[in-house]
Amino acid sequence: MSFLFLANAPVVDESVQAELSRLEICGMTLAGLGLLFFLGAAVGLFRFPDFYTRMHAAGKGDTLSSLLILLGFALITFDDFSALGWLLLLKIFGIVLFIMLTSPTSTHALMRAGFEDGIEPVTNNPKRKKKGGAKKK
Amino acid sequence: MGYRISIFVLLLGAWVVLSGKFDAFHLGLGVFSALVVTLLSQDLLFKDRKKDLSVRLSETFGFIGYVFWLLWQIVLANAHVFKLAMTREGQKEMSPRVVKLKTKLKSDFAKFVFANSITLTPGTITIQIKKNQFLVHAISEAVEKDLLSGEMEERVAAIFEPELAT
Amino acid sequence: MTTEEFTVCAGVALFVLMLPALYRVAVGPTSFDRLVAVNVIGTKTAVLLVIIGVLFNRVEMFVDFALTYALLNFVGSLAVARFLNRTKPMPEEKTSRGSSRKKGAKAS
Repeated sequence: MSFLFLANAPVVDESVQAELSRLEICGMTLAGLGLLFFLGAAVGLFRFPDFYTRMHAAGKGDTLSSLLILLGFALITFDDFSALGWLLLLKIFGIVLFIMLTSPTSTHALMRAGFEDGIEPVTNNPKRKKKGGAKKK
Repeated sequence: MGYRISIFVLLLGAWVVLSGKFDAFHLGLGVFSALVVTLLSQDLLFKDRKKDLSVRLSETFGFIGYVFWLLWQIVLANAHVFKLAMTREGQKEMSPRVVKLKTKLKSDFAKFVFANSITLTPGTITIQIKKNQFLVHAISEAVEKDLLSGEMEERVAAIFEPELAT
Repeated sequence: MTTEEFTVCAGVALFVLMLPALYRVAVGPTSFDRLVAVNVIGTKTAVLLVIIGVLFNRVEMFVDFALTYALLNFVGSLAVARFLNRTKPMPEEKTSRGSSRKKGAKAS
């Protein structure tokens, strides 16, 4: 499979790329783990019962999976130890740091907005279960 | 003065990382614009100037150590969410509740770090902060007990407000 | 498996996993549900931009796009959250909650 023609880049010879370096394997593992965690978050977002519990899935799964996938791809692209390579690594670290800071903050803002809007949390008490969740359309 | 220099260095570092060019022209532009921004709006970044810069530095190092502990907590949180979402036992275990929590932290930044950490640890999310009361949404009973044990608060207090830590 | 194949597979998997979130956007009973799902999709789009960059061998350019996208996503979701927070019918509100709202706004 070669997608390099899309960027007009020279096509790399397949036989050169046949074996993976250790960095690339590390990066692939990290990205795969990130995808796994994102699967958990997506399924949670799909089937949790109410707004607050969905927030749990979204707020946490989002942070860690983006973090792992970005770090994984940073390792995959980081093959030469030039100044530009380090700069790229630093930039990706910047994105990771930014997501780590902002994701809980926006989760918290949404949570507060929902709470003050009067969405009732679902509890295990069967009486309140009927009212909770889909109160406001 | 120390604060101004550190703000200048931070801004210049951001410039160099984002521009990625090291010739004299671009670096000169970076120094110039970082200088202008530092002079015009240096009072926006650090609020409490009475603290000594060395105190800030030790806070920063403590915070970096704390971030690694937090990363481990985030991994645990994700495993927890994964379990809740994918398995049947997880669905049974879920019993959401809203918990009130009193904190002894004083400064805004410490409260911010504490609230974000609550959000990132397994099964709890901060809903609201009123002065020293946190309103937290917990997803199960075990998680609520964990939260009320107050281990995380001790860690945050040890970094930002050493006089409050026990 | 070459890195290129892995990159393509990861991008496609990321896209497929966005679909449950998209379902939440379309169906979600409250507007906050939709907003959460949009936030998740936005963050993952930033990640997807980096993956596209790896695929095109132009990461140094696409990383900037991803950074900007993450920034705009954060600001956007924050702004909509604030907006939905303010436009609320006040009359049946209890006094305790109303006062708590003001204090909460000040503390943050």
